[in-house]
Amino acid sequence: MSSKVQEKVHEREYAVEMIEITKKFPGVLANDRVTIRIEKGEIHAIVGENGAGKSTLMNQLYGLYHPDSGEIRIFGERKVFTGPRDAIKAGIGMVHQHFMLVNTLTVAENVVLGSEPTKGTNFDLQRARREVKELSEKYGLYVDVDAKIEDIPVGMQQRVEIIKTLYRGANIIILDEPTAVLTPQEVEELFVIMRNLQSAGKTLLFISHKLNEVMEISDRITVMRGGKVTGELITKQTNEREIARAMVGRDVVLKLDKAPHNPKETVFEVKDLWVKDNRHLDAVRGVSFQVRRGEVVGIAGVAGNGQTELIEAITGLRKVEKGNIYFEGKDITGVHPKVLREMGMTHIAEDRLKHALIKPFPAYYNAILGRHYKRPFAKSAFLNHNEIKRFTMELMEEFDVRPRIIEHLGGNFSGGNQQKLVVGREIKANPKFMVVAQPTRGLDVGAIEFIHRQILRMRENDVAILLISMELEEIFSLSDRILVMYEGQIMGEVKPDETTVEEVGLMMAGKRLEEIRGGKK
Amino acid sequence: MKKLFENIAVPIISVIIALLISALIILAIGKNPIEAYGKLLHGAFGNKQAIIDTLIKTTPLILTGLAVGFGFRAGVFNIGAEGQMAMGALMAASVASNFGGLPPAVAIPLTMLIGMATGAGWAAIAGFLKAKTGAHEVVTTIMLNWTTTYIASFMVTGPLATGSGTPKSPEISLSAQLPVLMKVGAMELSAGIIISIVAAIFMYVFLNKTTTGYEIKAVGFNPYAAEYGGISVAKNVVLAMAISGALAGLAGVTELMGVHHRFLGELSGGKGFDGISIALIGQNNPIGIIFAALLIGALRTGSNEMQFMGVSKYVVIIVQAIVIFLVAADRIVRTIYARKKVKA
Repeated sequence: MSSKVQEKVHEREYAVEMIEITKKFPGVLANDRVTIRIEKGEIHAIVGENGAGKSTLMNQLYGLYHPDSGEIRIFGERKVFTGPRDAIKAGIGMVHQHFMLVNTLTVAENVVLGSEPTKGTNFDLQRARREVKELSEKYGLYVDVDAKIEDIPVGMQQRVEIIKTLYRGANIIILDEPTAVLTPQEVEELFVIMRNLQSAGKTLLFISHKLNEVMEISDRITVMRGGKVTGELITKQTNEREIARAMVGRDVVLKLDKAPHNPKETVFEVKDLWVKDNRHLDAVRGVSFQVRRGEVVGIAGVAGNGQTELIEAITGLRKVEKGNIYFEGKDITGVHPKVLREMGMTHIAEDRLKHALIKPFPAYYNAILGRHYKRPFAKSAFLNHNEIKRFTMELMEEFDVRPRIIEHLGGNFSGGNQQKLVVGREIKANPKFMVVAQPTRGLDVGAIEFIHRQILRMRENDVAILLISMELEEIFSLSDRILVMYEGQIMGEVKPDETTVEEVGLMMAGKRLEEIRGGKK
Repeated sequence: MKKLFENIAVPIISVIIALLISALIILAIGKNPIEAYGKLLHGAFGNKQAIIDTLIKTTPLILTGLAVGFGFRAGVFNIGAEGQMAMGALMAASVASNFGGLPPAVAIPLTMLIGMATGAGWAAIAGFLKAKTGAHEVVTTIMLNWTTTYIASFMVTGPLATGSGTPKSPEISLSAQLPVLMKVGAMELSAGIIISIVAAIFMYVFLNKTTTGYEIKAVGFNPYAAEYGGISVAKNVVLAMAISGALAGLAGVTELMGVHHRFLGELSGGKGFDGISIALIGQNNPIGIIFAALLIGALRTGSNEMQFMGVSKYVVIIVQAIVIFLVAADRIVRTIYARKKVKA
């Protein structure tokens, strides 16, 4: 069963070697002595959860960041990149998750941009068209060289990005989550292209967190977790379960003393909900569930599988395409956030800097957001500053927000203290139903535990809680029921003490519960 | 406290640097900068008439500065103060010539209200377009500025035309004219200066003490968080533009009711655009805006006297430009300032 194969290192030719790479950002150790070796001509997948350090590692290979320590070798030769220009010169190309294309220019113009062929002093468009056409035919990358970027589908835009790297002579191509923006059909086309490139002798780095895709396309897999390499696997000799385990960690789930608590009646319900994302693609595709008073329902899943859109639809921040949302029996589909707050729904937002906090506002203004127009914070049209400040001090004491200065600007608190301020605000509004999204992202252990305790306290006070988190440990230790979301759908519902991390991990990778349990439910 | 000091220090240091650089230019044309600045100061504050002239020039600048500054605080860039000012004055002028039968206690507030409502409505068009379609207010307010220019020139050459010479509207009724506070020679200081200071106080109270001010600032700083907090972004964008426009409209009517007493093509005369520089120099703070407007007003009044000794009045525009440059790029000044502090 084990896939531990001793590799004969000295016999292989490596396209890329990154040895003992360490990269620190303020407060985060993004890469901790990471070593990876990519063989020439292979498709090498790098998998890991969000924040595992994959992108940081690739950005160092592409010269966007400079490692704090460690060594990069390209085809055995030691390299120091001061910027992408050096990396390109060394034969490295990168296709970013967000395309770097000029929408109003044609395909050919985009490909040559920055290294345009010239005739005398003029741009030689005909030569550019010819060269781009040649490249596209050679590697089976079908593109319309004269079409404008804004008029072509995402899949073709991605091919343009790949041609761009080839045009600049790339032998090593990094594809950063290339399938995230593609439809399943486009993914198949991409895989065909990747195999073509491989047979033409190119080396490909494929970054992903979708295990089925990794299994299908890659030769070898490096798994990262928390800035470290946690697994080096050969695709043919492994399976999704093993990858999932390396990805989410074998650590025993930390159990908080969660008192048994009997949930009461249903207060919140979602029925066949459909929501589109910013690109007008279906992000939530027919989701239904209920939340009862005194119960924590956890939604697990890899980031980008529709959770954000689900949260925003529930909290009134995004349009619902189809389906209904009910709160205490009333249909609240499409209702403004203000009304939802009036009804007793509060929301700890996934992205606190975007949604939950106004950075230039002092703590005492942030502490009342959402209730600023109501007594006791407002008297008729005017703010009651005395009461606002007294309340803020009380909140900061109760939720241990530091420094305990109510005039301190929201943006000047550390992440953990910003989050405590937000959590305190949303809890002190006495909600009946709380949407808690990624409540501990980027926080230290102490703050995490504090916030978890607060959430469980709310559960004991019979608040209905919907928890959305990418952290499996968090989901396991807080939830009474776990729903797993994948590509906008619920893959299954399990109880934390009747399942395993592996089972949930497989659902996160797109397997339905029935498939995993083989029909017996 | 430290922050307040720095906020004041930046514009003041900027003005000093601007005066020093301009002094070099005056030297380069062979004149004595100390003498020139002496004349400038004298021309702006040297006698009663000069002071009144300065205050007259300052009044509309305070109001347009407040209009633009209010917009900035609410996260909208109202470039259209010029058009809103003219539109407010035009609308008020076209009705206020018939207010002869009304007592001043009715005619004055009514005329002001018409001007403010027109400015508000005119600006709200841009706010509405932004809220509904995402059209950027910089583009739409510039378009509305041109629309205003043509409407105004049509009105004063057509339906409202009166007399000969410069196209103009008939004089507004005496009862709709602002009372004169002080009169020296031909210079009349109207109550407009008081109105502009009241408007600054209003802006301060509104932004800092009311729930609506809280909401408008929240939308300006972070519309996503505002919407999350139950604050309607669309409503507040329209409201912010409308209030900004009302202040610009008020600038128009105070010029109409206190200075020209009729609508002329040059009534707004770029003062709406000056509002942008003034808001910038005053750092969008109502009190800062009053002083910034006074600075620009004084420079303009004083420049005439400076010109008599052969120093072009355009030197004043150079001063103004450098001040704006430095305040806008206040990091430069802040860095110099911070270095000084380290050395000290």
